[in-house]
Amino acid sequence: MTAPVWSALGPDGLVFALLIQPFAEFGFMQRALAGCLALSVSAAPVGVFLMLRRMSLTGDAMAHAILPGAAIGYLIAGLSLTAMTIGGIVAGLAVAISSGLVARNTVLREDTSLAAFYLLSLALGVLIVSVRGNSVDLLHVLFGTVLALDDAALTLLVGIAGVTLVSLTLLYRPLVLECLDPGFLRSVSHWSPVAHFGFMALLVINLVAGFHALGTLMAVGLMVLPAATARLWVRRLGALLLLAVLLALAACLMGLLISYHADWPTGPTIVLSLGAAYLLSMLLAPRGLVRHQHPGSRHRVA
Amino acid sequence: MQLGCDMIRPQLQLSCNILAPKPMLPEPALALSRPIELDNLTLGYDQHPAVHHLSLSIDPGSLLALVGPNGAGKSTLIKALAGQLRPLGGRLAGLERNRIAWLPQHSDLDRSFPITVRDMVALGLWHRVGALGRFSRAHHALCDEALDQVGLGGFERRGLDSLSGGQLQRALFARLILQDAPVVLLDEPFAAVDQRTTDDLLALLHRWQAQGRTVIVALHDLVQVRAHFPLTLLLARQCIAYGPTASVLTAEHWAQAHRLHEAFDDRAPPCPGVATSPWPPGREGPAHPVPAQHSQHPHPHSPRPAHPHPHRPTAEPAASA
Repeated sequence: MTAPVWSALGPDGLVFALLIQPFAEFGFMQRALAGCLALSVSAAPVGVFLMLRRMSLTGDAMAHAILPGAAIGYLIAGLSLTAMTIGGIVAGLAVAISSGLVARNTVLREDTSLAAFYLLSLALGVLIVSVRGNSVDLLHVLFGTVLALDDAALTLLVGIAGVTLVSLTLLYRPLVLECLDPGFLRSVSHWSPVAHFGFMALLVINLVAGFHALGTLMAVGLMVLPAATARLWVRRLGALLLLAVLLALAACLMGLLISYHADWPTGPTIVLSLGAAYLLSMLLAPRGLVRHQHPGSRHRVA
Repeated sequence: MQLGCDMIRPQLQLSCNILAPKPMLPEPALALSRPIELDNLTLGYDQHPAVHHLSLSIDPGSLLALVGPNGAGKSTLIKALAGQLRPLGGRLAGLERNRIAWLPQHSDLDRSFPITVRDMVALGLWHRVGALGRFSRAHHALCDEALDQVGLGGFERRGLDSLSGGQLQRALFARLILQDAPVVLLDEPFAAVDQRTTDDLLALLHRWQAQGRTVIVALHDLVQVRAHFPLTLLLARQCIAYGPTASVLTAEHWAQAHRLHEAFDDRAPPCPGVATSPWPPGREGPAHPVPAQHSQHPHPHSPRPAHPHPHRPTAEPAASA
């Protein structure tokens, strides 16, 4: 006789049916999992730096900024991965570069100039879509199609993840210094604009990768939420980056399974899984709502 | 009473030899090879001068205090020396941009950033490791040594967010040590620091000077200036006096400094420039507004004999023809 636990894990067991079978049986689930893993590995670290630069909402603004570019790509070439990717990247980079230049050379600050440019981009996109009278499948762009990733899309996600990891490694020190003490970075080197614009470019390509899988708006969730959650638990940058990636991976896995079993849309389910981790951390984490406010009555002598 | 920089300059040459004797330089790289020259330098924002028509020279190895009332232009001058502000007019020479260690009055440092004290201080080695170079064991040893020098031994692995204000200032000085620059620019470095920390850091300034570095510090505490700084520049939007500290910090100079107008005035007429060579009327260019009070009096700049500004042809009367 095999133990009951063993049978639950076996090919006919409950655990297997819940956790393994969807991926073992269906190609689209395997692709979705691979796409989400690639996205987690690159978007979560970008999100950590967004948080440390106090630019978490910038991610959201940039997500709006790339939407019109993708829509225009769709109008020109239909549901073409290449056209929508290029459209999104061009629109996102145009907004990032122009707002960065304005912030660095005029009296306007980064948030104001970014808001101005992304709204311009959004309005332009809506206008073009309306005038062309074409009913763009906005739902695709807004909410993504992680369960319908084809080979090209999967290659794109993996490629963007690779580019992001390599770039982050190269930009790591300037980027840390740009977050920690931008004035010092400007006084010792010319890396400040490289760090800023390089990082904005990484943000844009990750949002574009994200909208293929989760949709433009949900993609920001994969950046901001793991970073915010990890910050509640750990103190060091290395640990933050690692924990954020792990959280994103876990949430993607969980979101995919829940959406498979409950037949819910995948993007929101993944983001809600991250949201659950965030709220739970608020209750449990050492730097969360509860323990940070009520650290207990014992304290050390020094 | 017009007592300007130029009247004191002869004494300055003398004073530098007496009060700031060049010590034996351990490494020539620590000292500048030539003086820092300010020639009719005007600095400001939006065409309004914060400091104008500053002409003086700072010898290598000087320990110079920058004093003056609030709004005198001390921070602006430091920023310009650090290469962070483009002059409205005039010339600034003798400084290499990436060979300057600069600590601004309000640094952009994000104290909540998740980094250890040692990793923050280690960024002072940027000129050695750059963006991509690896930190070697020797570099880590340098960091620990710098932390020891500022009295932060044992704080290496502490988080930046756990430091007090004085400890943070010590850590920033450790970063300055690692920058190992021939010119050190400090803006109000002791503003919120207790006596013991101030004393420790002042000792560090003397050590830097003894190594041949040029150290320029904006300060408010005149007792400190008298006790520790051989040279002083008294600013009040222009040079009131520059030279040996005792001859600069006189009641008369301070009275003169406080008479000068502080506020920007949008209706101020263009500054006529130095008294000996007024700008031709109706020309745009280096002219900038002066506070209204100034325009009713003769221009308060000291005359600058025998200095024809060859680098600025518009200053010549003939140029207006």
